[in-house]
Amino acid sequence: MEKVISFLPLAEIGPGERAVVRRLQAGRAVENRLAALGLTPGAAVEMVQNYGRGPLIVNVRGARLALGRGEAAKILVERGGNGRMP
Amino acid sequence: MAECHDLSGRAVALAVETGAPLIALAGQPNMGKSTLFNLLTGLNQHVGNWPGKTVERREGHFDLNGRRLRLVDLPGTYSLTANSPEEVIAREFVVREKPDAVVAVVSAANLERSLYLVAELAALDAPLVVALNMMDVAAQEGLQVEAHVLEAALGVPVVPMVASRAQGVRALLDVIEAVLTGQRRPQPRPPEVRADHAAILAQIEALIAGRVPAPYPQAWVALKLLEGDAEVTRRMQESLPAETWQAVHAVLRAHDDAFLAVASGRYEWIGRLVRAAVTRPRVGQIGLTERLDRWAAHPFWGLVLLAGILGLVFGLTFTVGAPLQTWLEEAVIAPLAGLASEALSGAPFWVQGLVVDGLIGGVGSVLTFLPILVIFFAAFALLEDVGYMARAAYVMDNLMHLMGLHGKSFLPLFLGFGCNVPAVMGARVIDSWPARLLTILIAPLVPCTARMAVVAFLAPAFFGAQAIWVTWGLVLLSLTMLVVSGVVFNRLLFKGQRSAFIMEMPLYHLPNLRTIGLLVWQRSLSFVQKAGTAILGMALVVWLLSYLPGGDLNSSYLARFGQFLEPVGRWMGFDWRLTVALLTSFPAKENAIATLGVLFGVSPEGGLTSLLTASYPTATALSFLVTTMLFIPCMATVAVTRQETGSWRWALFSVLFYLVLSVAAGTATYHLAAWIGG
Repeated sequence: MEKVISFLPLAEIGPGERAVVRRLQAGRAVENRLAALGLTPGAAVEMVQNYGRGPLIVNVRGARLALGRGEAAKILVERGGNGRMP
Repeated sequence: MAECHDLSGRAVALAVETGAPLIALAGQPNMGKSTLFNLLTGLNQHVGNWPGKTVERREGHFDLNGRRLRLVDLPGTYSLTANSPEEVIAREFVVREKPDAVVAVVSAANLERSLYLVAELAALDAPLVVALNMMDVAAQEGLQVEAHVLEAALGVPVVPMVASRAQGVRALLDVIEAVLTGQRRPQPRPPEVRADHAAILAQIEALIAGRVPAPYPQAWVALKLLEGDAEVTRRMQESLPAETWQAVHAVLRAHDDAFLAVASGRYEWIGRLVRAAVTRPRVGQIGLTERLDRWAAHPFWGLVLLAGILGLVFGLTFTVGAPLQTWLEEAVIAPLAGLASEALSGAPFWVQGLVVDGLIGGVGSVLTFLPILVIFFAAFALLEDVGYMARAAYVMDNLMHLMGLHGKSFLPLFLGFGCNVPAVMGARVIDSWPARLLTILIAPLVPCTARMAVVAFLAPAFFGAQAIWVTWGLVLLSLTMLVVSGVVFNRLLFKGQRSAFIMEMPLYHLPNLRTIGLLVWQRSLSFVQKAGTAILGMALVVWLLSYLPGGDLNSSYLARFGQFLEPVGRWMGFDWRLTVALLTSFPAKENAIATLGVLFGVSPEGGLTSLLTASYPTATALSFLVTTMLFIPCMATVAVTRQETGSWRWALFSVLFYLVLSVAAGTATYHLAAWIGG
């Protein structure tokens, strides 16, 4: 297994790509909401829509979630990942 | 009728409260919880507010095997941690009211996410029943869910159902009956906290043992402390002795990211359940939702689609709703006024005036807007029910960002085109307080049907064939003002802070007519109730002011007030009559026309247009339209602004803001138009 050195913001994942959530940096209140909706460290996500600006849509734990670009920038992920996909 | 419903609702609540078993309906948003609630209670429901909160409370009753049951619809929440008032309400209800059964509605098509709330409810020691809804959508997405596997793993009854087609309701009722009679005892098995945090949780529980205020379960309180729940933390800080709290606090501070471990732990538990209970025979198929979203959520085509839908709704409103409104005005309200004045011909003529002009003229004309609103509410409810509204919010997110708002604020603002009252009340969907307040403050800049009615009457009178351009210009002006005010308020009042945009995109599904019908019914009812109370009172006051002291409008207090304010009116090129007309648009916007009719001594149908055209220059006409468009929100809107913000402060702020804005805009328009024209 190859080792990934750095994490990148979820906002930089392209449509159709998969990633695994590694760290949240959105502040307690928002992190709490994200976690309840399934965006916990270790969760597998699939980018559904990301046009490089504006909000984006991800698939996480079998549900589609719209996130503001600001929020998606504060979720650090690792590209690829072998998490179980919805 | 509104009052009658209200009273019967209260009477029922009283009759039922004594000893009737209590069922609570819990669930995340978009799980079909409202559909199930409507299915069980039908019209036997009452919509109010949770005490002291601007969160809707729906309660109803239904009969099961000859016994009456109370059903309370808990607010839809994703979790039970104190992130929002809804979450606190839901869990406090379960803990304090101790319902005889708690039905958790989950979606078979979205099992993983929707079981998260069940994981939280299971920790509350409640008699839990799981309604496994949307089995049809799951099948359509290629998922097969084994209810009995879930049942065995959760330790509580699980009933598969399709609430939108009333399938599985009998089975659910049988299970509820079995729980109420004690035949079945749900023994929820809550998820264990993850191994790396188990010792810490045990440590906290040992510290607080025996000191947890009733009726909160001790293990649950320990877990919520570990999750950093603000409400529970505050409560325990108050009730624990100082040194115990110090010890608890030290443990918590050393593990302040434990909430992520707890949430992850719940999802790991759910993952095991789902792997056991769900089979996915077809993998990688593209669902209907995904295909539709390629268009509906596209940054460009999504906006085109939204514009098309809005156009259709407005088209429908004006082709169907507006003629109905005119018909009500002419065929119902006018004859009613005639009948009343005949019947009251013997009465003192202030009684006659009060009833005919004040009651029928004032409240009646507001009620004639009901057909337009019903069309609006129906369109809105339909779009909401099929799942489209989340897409509208999504594609509008960019534009709303300019004002420090996000997509969700678009939904109440859209309602504002029908009437500003539901727009202000609809701002409840926005989770952060600054964003909600900002939305409430700018909502009156969405031109409502009443204001459009004034424009639709006056613009052709003043501008003939050019009226359509003037009308579009006014709408555009109002919406531009909305964006500008939003940006300014956000900078000045809220220091540019922005709330997080996190929104579920529900799966599209076929509309449920019952859900839509009930939603339209409730929204219309609350509008009629407003008309029957706040608007009625104001209409009577205005009538009295226009009648006293001599019974003649031209020498009334209202006219004197108008004459007193005429110097201000003159900035905008108004005479005292236009000033009075503007003032009377406060109780209800469309009053402006009726007032002009009274002041010119003619009915709106009988040549008012030609008199107006002859009386005022173009610059005055234009400034009057602009001022009317931006003037103080109608009384009903001010009243709900107070109600939704919880204080007069913001309501008064709103009144002052719109007063200054409209006078400034009117003055500028008048001088600009006079300068160009002259």
